[in-house]
Amino acid sequence: MSRLKKIMWGAAGSLLGLAALVWFLNTRDEPDLSLNDLTSSATAAKPDSAMVQRGAYLARAGNCMACHTARGGAAYAGGRGIVTPFGTVYSSNLTPDNATGIGSWSPAHFWRAMHNGRSKDGRLLYPAFPYTNYTQVTRDDSDALLAYLKSLVPVAQARQAHALRFPYQSQAALAVWRALYFSPGTYKTDTTRSATWNRGAYLVNGLGHCSACHSERNALGATDGLSLAGGLIPVQNWYAPSLTSPHEAGVGDWREQDITRLLKDGISPRASVSGPMSEVVLGSTQYLNPQDLVAMAQFLQSLPVADTSPSAPVGAVSKAAAAMGAKLYGQHCAQCHGDNGQGVPNAYPALAGNRAVLMRQTSNLVQIVLNGGYAPATQGNPRPFGMPPFVLVLDDNDIAAVLTHVRSSWGNRASSVSPLDVNRIRANQAP
Amino acid sequence: MLKTSCFSGVVALGLFAFFAAAHAATASFEDSIAQRTQACTACHGPQGRAAPDGYYPRLAGKPAGYLYNQLINFRDGRRHYGLMTQLVDPLTDAYLREIAQYFSALDVPYPAPLTTAAPADVLVRGKQLVSQGDLGRQIPACMQCHGTTLTGVAPHIPGLLGLPRDYLNAQLGAWKTGQRRAHAPDCMKVVVARLREEDINAVSSWLAAQPLPASTKPAVSLPVLASGAQAIDCGSAPLAGKP
Repeated sequence: MSRLKKIMWGAAGSLLGLAALVWFLNTRDEPDLSLNDLTSSATAAKPDSAMVQRGAYLARAGNCMACHTARGGAAYAGGRGIVTPFGTVYSSNLTPDNATGIGSWSPAHFWRAMHNGRSKDGRLLYPAFPYTNYTQVTRDDSDALLAYLKSLVPVAQARQAHALRFPYQSQAALAVWRALYFSPGTYKTDTTRSATWNRGAYLVNGLGHCSACHSERNALGATDGLSLAGGLIPVQNWYAPSLTSPHEAGVGDWREQDITRLLKDGISPRASVSGPMSEVVLGSTQYLNPQDLVAMAQFLQSLPVADTSPSAPVGAVSKAAAAMGAKLYGQHCAQCHGDNGQGVPNAYPALAGNRAVLMRQTSNLVQIVLNGGYAPATQGNPRPFGMPPFVLVLDDNDIAAVLTHVRSSWGNRASSVSPLDVNRIRANQAP
Repeated sequence: MLKTSCFSGVVALGLFAFFAAAHAATASFEDSIAQRTQACTACHGPQGRAAPDGYYPRLAGKPAGYLYNQLINFRDGRRHYGLMTQLVDPLTDAYLREIAQYFSALDVPYPAPLTTAAPADVLVRGKQLVSQGDLGRQIPACMQCHGTTLTGVAPHIPGLLGLPRDYLNAQLGAWKTGQRRAHAPDCMKVVVARLREEDINAVSSWLAAQPLPASTKPAVSLPVLASGAQAIDCGSAPLAGKP
């Protein structure tokens, strides 16, 4: 055998071996579809209403409806485009329509989607569906979710094909991604912790899929596990602050009731939610029961504190820019946020000493000034106050100056914001 | 000693400034729906009386059902304007209804219409379309649904006066391209589909040049259907044109 042939055979063998490994990694821990239904609690002819109700509650905890409903479309019928750096992924129809929804799915099919990220027809699912988190959900909860979804009115709405770029559109590429970044798991109870803490961890890391936003994603869109150390949400350009940093959204030193209030009402004495987190409070956490909110709060409080230094201190700002920032603040901001950035309780957040103002990452500040916005109208805060958009009033220099002023006044000591920082966000906005 | 007193003086001054500012801020803050809707009036003008730039439409005094439908349309993707959509996204139906009712109940004077540069024949055509429509092309008169004084019909049909020509053109254009929609059956879509570009320009030019009548309030019921005119089924205002 010639040397070249040997190399070729060797390469072919390695490729085959790699393919086998990828195949193995993609199919491990999958249920036997012929057997599992027999043992599942959802096989009863008609699931009892308690199970359906529990499933409805769990669907809230996972905020399934938010992604599986198109704007103005039928609830859970899918079709919402999730824009990613790799293209757009369209959510599927979760109503029990036989042809286009999950009407013909067995509990084992549904479990395999939740736990293994594989659809009934065998397709690998894109991790925009956060099965990297949902894999921790128990079989019981998975069965209850399916029972609830099957109780919905069927809507015939075919799945829209994903619009992903090469090579991301291929199942082979997805299989490689999964071999690298996904392994099916189950929630492992930490016996050194209380049942409440464990429930919180299960909800935050599983159905709550908090790490989907609150963790940094790498170039291939994989999160750094369940670190919750903060991350910029791709394409949207909102920064989901670190839940482990005392300088960002860590809650280690918060009172438990302030954490649960933030999740329930969207506002609390310590902070208020904005941007994509509004959608989470609005569609999910406001519906959670007090015990589960306490559980999540206890888990979040226990997260190890990451050693992150606060924002770099103020750099040199020209006198002219400083004067312009102060003037613009007086004209546009002081009326609500106060001459000293003190805000108005329950209406307008204080800016002095506010972590959301002082964070190293300034994307959210720019977003809020450009687009304004309302806090979510929750049961606990049904008539929120709003901030007007300034996208048409203030240019990049103005916004940079006013944000620099806010970040360096009334005891605030955070780095300045440049017109380029503003422009990066402005240029990426949908009109 | 001097240093200390200077220092305490500065602190005292600082404290005074703080309290004065806090007082000023509290004085200007009121726990009201007007305060809550400052996010709206920044673009739509104080009390929703329209913005100086002539694009953001007036909200004050429009029928509440119409305003509510528009808020829902932005949220549900039947109208497209990113700023509006993201503002209404986190709000509930009940709150949007309250906001609509608040602006609807505001009774503030209208500004005088802008002078028009449109040629006389365009204005004649505009007036004709608005008041009589074009029977031959099955175009109903605007007045058939929007009221004989064009101030709208409560609770769902908006008035057409006091709106800038640019805004009217943009809306009719958006209906023509499908960018703007209403609840199905979308009667405006049907009507606008029958309008040519020059019709749209004529209608917008004439409407924008009209002063408001003495009573700017929406009518309480639809006008009597003119002979030969057909009632139109509207999802946003059930059976408009049927008194």
